[in-house]
Order: sequence, then C-alpha cells, then structure tokens
Amino acid sequence: MSVGILGTKLGMTQVFDEAGRAIPVTVIQAGPCTVTQVKTAQTDGYSAIQVGYGEVSQKALNKPELGHLAKSGAVPLRHLCEYRLEDSSQFELGQQIKVDAFSPGQVVDVIGTSIGRGFAGYQKRHNFKRGPMAHGSKNHRLPGSTGAGTTPGRVYPGKRMAGRLGGTQTTVRKLTVVRVDAERNLLLIKGTVPGKPGALINVMPAKKVGNK
Amino acid sequence: MHAQEIIRSIEAEQMKTNLPEIHVGDTVKVGVIIQEGGKERTQPYEGVVISKKGSGINQNITVRRIFQGVGVERVFLIHSPRIESIKVLRRGKVRRAKLYYLRDRVGKATRLKQRFDRPL
Repeated sequence: MSVGILGTKLGMTQVFDEAGRAIPVTVIQAGPCTVTQVKTAQTDGYSAIQVGYGEVSQKALNKPELGHLAKSGAVPLRHLCEYRLEDSSQFELGQQIKVDAFSPGQVVDVIGTSIGRGFAGYQKRHNFKRGPMAHGSKNHRLPGSTGAGTTPGRVYPGKRMAGRLGGTQTTVRKLTVVRVDAERNLLLIKGTVPGKPGALINVMPAKKVGNK
Repeated sequence: MHAQEIIRSIEAEQMKTNLPEIHVGDTVKVGVIIQEGGKERTQPYEGVVISKKGSGINQNITVRRIFQGVGVERVFLIHSPRIESIKVLRRGKVRRAKLYYLRDRVGKATRLKQRFDRPL
C-alpha cells in the first residue's frame, strides 16, 4: 500500500561505508515516473495510482495508448505500473515520482524478471543430486524415479521435471537502500536484483508480511 | 550517459589517486587501519605481492609474508579506506602473473631477484 518507482538496472559495483566495509550494490536508474491515472473507489472500485516510465518515441505506441497518456499530459511512455493505495486523492495526474521518495537505510522490495535460462535440467532447475560420474555409472544427470508403478499408474501433477527456467517475475525482499542520487536519478541498493543490466525494475518500500 | 559510465563515475568518487604502481613480485608495506577499543591506529603489514586481481574499485592484491615460521597471506582491497597507505619497498623480478609457487617453497628458495628498471 505504498508507491514505488520503476527503473532500469544498470549493473553492480561496490561502495565503501563509513566503517570502510565494501558493500555490494546494484545501481538502478529509477524514474522520474509520471502519474498517468488516478483510480478511486468511486470510479474503479479500488484506489490506486498508475505510473509510467521509459520515454519512447511517439510511433512506438499505438493510438489507444497515446490517448490514455495524453489525458495526463505525459510524454509517450513504454511501461505502466499500478500501485494500490489506501487513499489515492493526494496524487494528481501528471505528478512526478522521483528517487528522492526513498532515503538511505530504507528497506525495499525489488521486483523484476529473472534471467531466462531456457530449457534447464533437473540439477539446475530443482537442485537434484547428480548421479556418480564414474565407476561404470551411466546415470549422470537423470531424474531418478518419477513415482510409483501400476498404482497410481501416472505421474502426480507437480512432479519436478526439466523445463523452462527463469524469465519469470521475481521479488527480492528486504533490500537496503545504500545511497540516493537525486541529481542523476540513481538508487544504490545493497545486494542483487533480478535480471540483467537494462532490465525493468520495480522498487517498492518493503511490504510487511506476517504479524511481527 | 551509458550504464557503465555511470557505474564508473560512482566508483571514481571513492577511488584513490595517490596509489603507487604495484606489480606482482614487489615487496610492499601496507598501512592497515585497525580499531582497538574505540581507538584507531595504523598497523604495518609487509610482504611480497603474489597476486593482483580485479579492476576499478574492486582491485585487490594478495600480500604474502612469513610470520613466526607460518606463511600468512592477506588480501587487500587497495582502494579501501581501511588501507591508509601502500609503499613499495623493493621491485622483484618475476616471470609469472601469480606467484602461488612461493607457497610450496621455504627459506632461501622464496627469495626473488630484485629489478632496478622500475622506479620505487
């Protein structure tokens, strides 16, 4: 129930903190995001704001998309994202959301698309153990048993097998903001975030999970 | 600005400019800042550079010395604020980028020939 920011992953480096420790950080160029739609309970049944990020040329979007963006007076934007809010009335169309909404030390959740690894086998995808590589063994990376025999006579759904790995939405929770550079729209976040450099990243204040 | 340029400019803020040119095989004296009961002091550590790794702000050196008969290797991030100073005491003549073979040697065999064509 808080507003985040969209950005682009630039890569990783390290910075030294006051104590002289090297902190691994991911550099994210985030925002400025434009509020493109304000949803309220009266009009849409729930309250939220929609923000856009990633300036593109006019011909990259179709007419309905351009028309939607024109309502808020925004330039053509590639990505739109919605943030649910308790009360969306404090936001107005065309408002800018910048990195200064975040502060160093803040705990954030980072959402992105993980690196696609294509069709991956059992070891890489599900951390299966490997068979013996020598002593006459021919079972190197095979799956082993997939279940019982005649009864039930089928493989149970959800059996972990080889298949597409990665390329899915991934959230990394509770990362710390190390530095905010409002001038260059940069966020330095401790730790790794999903995707390769250039990937679209959604940074949100950490969601509280559980009662504690 | 491209991604790598931005990252390099972030690194440049914390990189030291006054470092001497360090080569593998050099004998160096590293001033390490250590915390002792709330007080800071500099502890010298002297030894042979057996490896250089990394680039940019991640550049580090491995310094080996024999301390009380036991081989000790410490890895220093040379741009770290905890490294107060690095001084080259002696230039060594070596034919390897990594001097890991020194680990298997003791006594006289660990000596390196000095070279004089590089200034200290």
